[in-house]
Amino acid sequence: MSLFTAILYVVLAPLVGGLISGLDRKISARMQGRIGPPILQPFYDVGKLFKKENLVVRRSQNMFMTFFVILSVFTGALFFAGGDLLLVIFALTLAGVFFVLGGYKSSSPYSFIGAQRETLQMMSYEPAIIIVAVAMFMVTGSFQVKDIVSYPRPLIMDLPGVFIAFLFILPIKFRKSPFDLATSHHAHQEIVKGITTEFSGRTLALIEIAHWYEYVFVLGVGYLFFANSVWVGLLMTFLIFELLLIIDNATARVRWQWMLVGSWGMAFLAGGVNIIFLMMRGYP
Amino acid sequence: MSSISKSPWVIHYDGSSCNGCDIEVLAALMPRFDVERFGVINTGNPKHADILLLTGSINEQNKPVVQNIYNQMPEPKVVLALGICATSGGIFRECYNVMGGADKAVPVDLYVPGCAIRPEAIIDAVVQALGILEKKRAAMNAAAV
Repeated sequence: MSLFTAILYVVLAPLVGGLISGLDRKISARMQGRIGPPILQPFYDVGKLFKKENLVVRRSQNMFMTFFVILSVFTGALFFAGGDLLLVIFALTLAGVFFVLGGYKSSSPYSFIGAQRETLQMMSYEPAIIIVAVAMFMVTGSFQVKDIVSYPRPLIMDLPGVFIAFLFILPIKFRKSPFDLATSHHAHQEIVKGITTEFSGRTLALIEIAHWYEYVFVLGVGYLFFANSVWVGLLMTFLIFELLLIIDNATARVRWQWMLVGSWGMAFLAGGVNIIFLMMRGYP
Repeated sequence: MSSISKSPWVIHYDGSSCNGCDIEVLAALMPRFDVERFGVINTGNPKHADILLLTGSINEQNKPVVQNIYNQMPEPKVVLALGICATSGGIFRECYNVMGGADKAVPVDLYVPGCAIRPEAIIDAVVQALGILEKKRAAMNAAAV
């Protein structure tokens, strides 16, 4: 866990994230009784977008999205370098803010609604992510990812409630049903395309790649709960991803009130109760 | 085959028609035909689309709408006129308010007649449109150099 793993993440995460995205589309198609696109389809999509004309409403909208990409990469790199979990969360939030600002900057009513919903989504998942970091600190005594990974027991044994809260907000970060309010992948017709409505060509491709980085990062956080054994961790990460797909295909989009109340409720009920139990057992 | 022909994203607009072709376009997107096999996604957003699927004939009211959608699509782009109404005006051709086929509003690359058009014909047309996309991309590169 050092600079080496960070560089490994920066290089490999787009490949892994793209494959995850391709698997997602294939498995979703099979769940719906379709054949589905090839596994490499997301790479074809991004490759095509790089060859398209880049239409903009205002030039600055691309600048915001470039910062979103850079900060998304930075978030994950910091995480995989074994850095401070709190700093990772701050970087994640800042990346999200630039994404929202890009949506606002492109001055279209659809991206406005998308940006407003993205802000609500950020509000929804922040408490749960903070609780994940705090609970992990309480058990392992460190905010450093490298210390959390080397903790001898699987964290899920101490943090089942926190894990449930984390699972609940996972669809938000993956932009999946029931919480794909701001923008979604696949052909879900909603407010045109939400936050990315006014983006095309190279910028849209970069946004897609940033999402791949985010996928790998978020699954990395899931991995932390099982980190004492690499293979169990990887298997459980894959199972988390499968669960996500099942939820995505089995649910419809909810209203933002449900999302906000649900994710805060889960964070403070499941996560909070878990933390109170930890306190009663004498963790710091 | 480059990636541009492996990921055609479509946008669909229905002019003035009986909506038969409209329904057939949607039928092609359904699990039975599953055009996502070829990477086709119905985007509903001209800025993300490569292929404009036009059904129905053009009249004074929808002409600016079609032109607006066309102008918002980033190059390279292909326009398909699906169904006989979009090809020539079809059964509505003689109506006082109908101007004619899709080519009255925007340049059309491929005419696909049929009343109503079959999903197989739509899929075939989209696959042929990929070749046109490749050519337009090559022309774009040549112009840029």
